[in-house]
Formats: sequence, C-alpha cells, structure tokens
Amino acid sequence: MSAPVPSVPERDLVRNDYRIILDLVEPGSRVLDLGCGSGHLLALLRDRRKVGGYGLELDEERIVECIERGLSVFHCNIDDGLRDFDNQSFDYVILNQTLPVTHKPELVILEMARVGRRSIVSFANFAHWRVRLGLLLNGRMPVSETIPYQWFETPNIHHLTLTDFDVLCRRNRLGVLDRYYFRHLDRGAVTRRCRWANFRAAYALYLLAPEA
Amino acid sequence: MSQSASQDNSAVGSVGVVESRRMRLYDADDPLRLDSGATLAPVDVEYETYGRLDAEAGNAVLICHALSGDAHAAGLHAAGDEKPGWWDTLIGPGKGFDTERYFVICANVLGGCKGTTGPQSVNPATGKPYGLDFPVVTIHDMVTVQKRLIDRLGVRRLLTVCGGSMGGMQALEWSVSYPEAVRSAIPVASTYRTSPQSIALNEVGRQAILRDPNFRRGQYYDGAAPNAGLSLARMIGHITYLSDQSMHEKFGRDLRHRKAYGYDFEPEFAVQTYLHYHGERFTKRFDANSYLYITKAMDYFDLSQGYPSLRKSLARAAGCKFLFVSFSSDWLFPSYQTREAANALRNSGIDVTFVELQSDYGHDAFLLEVGEMTKIISAFLGYLGGVRP
Repeated sequence: MSAPVPSVPERDLVRNDYRIILDLVEPGSRVLDLGCGSGHLLALLRDRRKVGGYGLELDEERIVECIERGLSVFHCNIDDGLRDFDNQSFDYVILNQTLPVTHKPELVILEMARVGRRSIVSFANFAHWRVRLGLLLNGRMPVSETIPYQWFETPNIHHLTLTDFDVLCRRNRLGVLDRYYFRHLDRGAVTRRCRWANFRAAYALYLLAPEA
Repeated sequence: MSQSASQDNSAVGSVGVVESRRMRLYDADDPLRLDSGATLAPVDVEYETYGRLDAEAGNAVLICHALSGDAHAAGLHAAGDEKPGWWDTLIGPGKGFDTERYFVICANVLGGCKGTTGPQSVNPATGKPYGLDFPVVTIHDMVTVQKRLIDRLGVRRLLTVCGGSMGGMQALEWSVSYPEAVRSAIPVASTYRTSPQSIALNEVGRQAILRDPNFRRGQYYDGAAPNAGLSLARMIGHITYLSDQSMHEKFGRDLRHRKAYGYDFEPEFAVQTYLHYHGERFTKRFDANSYLYITKAMDYFDLSQGYPSLRKSLARAAGCKFLFVSFSSDWLFPSYQTREAANALRNSGIDVTFVELQSDYGHDAFLLEVGEMTKIISAFLGYLGGVRP
C-alpha cells in the first residue's frame, strides 16, 4: 500500500567520498551531516551502518526527499546552524563537498569540533595541477570536473587548497587523524599516501579531532 | 487503491458528504478530572472520521483544530454546502492525509461550542447553561478527552497527531502525555508555550467580550449575545493571522463601496470592511464564552512548566518522531519558538525534523500553503506508514 522509500541512486553507491565515510564511521554512532542534500549519504549510513543521523539542509525540495527517506533533517543555514547544538552531542560531524560554500569556513570547522567527537571534511583541491595549469595557460578561472562552475555562477565563495586547509587545522589546534586522496568523485582509486598531494590530488577527505 | 493512483494528483478528491457523531465519554459516576482540580460530568465529544481503520488499527491519524475550528475537518455536511471542512485541502483521497490510506479522526475540543461539552452546555446542577460556572480547562485536559475518544474508537496507538496553531499545542501535549500512544507528532505553526505577546492579544480579545454590556457574567443565552465584544475579539485575531506583506497584497489601500474618502468613521478601506465582515460573521458561528475558555487554555500552555528545563520536559516524548513546520512570516507563533522546541528534542536524541516554509501569509499559512505542506506531510507519513512499529 505504502509508497516505496526512494533508494539511493546507483552512482552514489560507488562515490569515493561516500565509501570512505562508510568505512570510517563506526556502526551505531551518531552522525550529523552539514548540507546533507537529498540525504543519500545519511540513508546509506543508516541502512548499512545502523547510524542515527541528522542532516542540515537549506533547500526545501531536498528536505522533502530526506523526509521521504525517513531521515531527520533541520531546515537551516550551516553558517548559523550549529549554535543550538550541544557540545560533543555527535560522534561524527560531516562536511562533505560543502566547505567552499560556507560564509565563515573557520567558524564552521570550529563549531564542528565543538559539536562532534570527530569531524570529516572533504573538498576539491584548488591547487590540483589541472586547476593550476588551466589558470596558467588560459588566464581564466578554471572550470573542470572538480570545479564545474563558471566564476559568475559558482556557489563556492571560499576556494581552498590542501595546504590552506592544513594551515587552518594547525591554527585551530585540530589534529589530522587521517587523510584520503582521490582523483574523481565517482570512480578511480583512493589512496592514503600521496607524494606532492597538494599538486596531484583532485580531492581530499580529512578525519579531524581536536588536539589533546 | 493502487500505488500509482495514490501518487497521482488526478486522484485527489473529497471525502464527500460526512456527518458528525457524538459520544459520551464521562458521566457522573466517572467524571473528567481537570488540571484545575475541578471535575466535570457529563462530557460529550463531537467528532468526525474519514477513511477506514485497518485490521491492526495502525493507520489512525488524529487532527487537532485551532481556536475557532471544529470536528468538521473535511468533506461536506450536505451535498450543496458552500464550504467544506476547515482542512479539506489536506484531508481526502490522494491528499496530504490520504483517506485511502489513513483513518483520520477530528474532534471538537473540550470547552468548544461545536458539539463537545463547553460553557454553553447545560450544567446538570442548575439545569441552565454553565456560562462562567464552566471550569477552566487546559490543553492537557483537551488531550485527556481525545485520548479517551481514540481508546473508544479502538485505536491504541496513533500513526500521527497533527494540528496547526492551538492544534499543534495539542499534538505536542499528546507526545509528552501519552508517548506510548503516538508514533509521531506534526505541530504546524505552533509553539511549546504561549508567548507574552500572544497572551496580551488574547487578553484584549477577552476584555472586549467581558466588557460587552450583553455579556452579563456569561449568562446571555436567553437574550442578546455579546456580539460586539466577540466580533471585536475576532477582528483582533484576524490581524494576528495575517502579515504586513499579506495585507499589502490582499487589500493595499483600496477603498470599498466608495470611490473617494468619506471623511467620516464608516469602514471604507478594504482592510476595514474585511475585518468588520469577518468579525460579524464569527458571531453567527461561535460562542463568546467558548472564546474566553479556549484562549485561556492557550495562555496556560507551557510544556516547560514544572520541569527544570524544556529539554527535560520534552524528553518524556522519547520514542515519538517529530515533524515541525513553521512559516517565515508568522508573527503570532514565530519560527524561533518552533525551533526552540525542535532543538530541545534533538539535543535529547529524539528524531525531529524542522522545516520553515517561506510564506507571506503569516499565521494563516497553515491553512493556505497547501502545496508545500502536502509534499512534506505525505513524505513523512509515507515513510512512517511503510515501516512497522
């Protein structure tokens, strides 16, 4: 009688960032996903890792999709969204491919560390050699697989590189527990060691915890 | 109904002609014990149901009405009726509360004037209407009565309880008073406690009634009713249901019945005639005493009272799933109040979804933003209804 719960699209099952996160997150933990979109990652975490998840999302259409999947989601902006969250009330707080969209990235990273025991942050590397080359040769803002927008229509207002992020973490006494690098979101290998990572990695995913 | 048909917008329809029923829930041997300490008997409840209760009695939905609502939430009382039930846009075949799938119950609240026992009912001690001898009731008292009704209807656990405004207060009250009897709650445009601003507005409305010379200590049923006071109360109410933006759009500075200013005090702006019309019309369908009692019940509503914190109070609802909906331009029950309750629940580890819909309609949005609410409510119930408890 009831409508079937919408399944997670095939292409998302093989996403590198999703696969890393599914491996990282311990079963039964509590997860907060900032900018959870249609809830694909949270649904996977719930169904495969028995994770109790919450999402934050701004877009009404996507919120409806989360609700269809039975997920709990808060309609708010990440930039002022964590104020009302208790200290250390989640095991993991995830910010997946969303950092460059936030207005106050440093505040968001600090808030994540306050609310969660561990933070997971994944983003596209603006210092990847293809991006560098594009800017060098064409003299225009790079448009690529990792940064698929023209400068005038991009939602990304804070582009960053791996080195930039390392500096931000050090500055805020956030310890990097693990780093993962990959070339593509939806295919290809993931590696935890990469020489010249800031030059060669298109994406990175960090596992962070406040330094003791 | 097939799955595809229930998803298909063309299948949206009306529950058709329905009738209200009345049930005696408390009598002199078994009176209703109220929060105030008083007892009340007899207590009758007027209610309507739509759809069919399934074999496991797992598809029941309770709809709670707002201040001036009644049990008639959907369909028509007679084939030629001009107006359907007050939430007909959301209740019916293929609608948000799909009556092909859910068994929907709506009852007039305790203290009301639409069939459920209230101040205009006959006081067995005097043989006359209670008037101000009717005991003051609370939102919790209203819910106590609803609980007995659903027990009598054979429902042990509601799939959800939903309401807008004061109906949302009842939904929240259900979740903390009877957590074992509700799988979910959907408070819409509501609050966990009435703000001083709302109490102030309610008070002005009540004073308009109490100071009407026809009020006569509430014993006006044999003569002229305090209609001037009641219509004034309703006019104030209507202002709080709208927003600055919606008044601009609905009325502007347009004149009615006049082409130019009259330089007198007759109603001439469209917004004036609107308020006069609705104030006047309200006196034909509502009882002034009920207005006093129901607004008082709202004033007393505060789920945090008697607990060290709101969170401690709401933690009683563990196991219940919540969907809160608020509207951006609602200044009577603003979004921040909804968000506070949702935050407290989430910080207690309770499943809660909060959505603030963009709307210019003000508080009235809960009756008007049908499209967005339908999407959200069907999504929520669709998942819940598909998962066995």
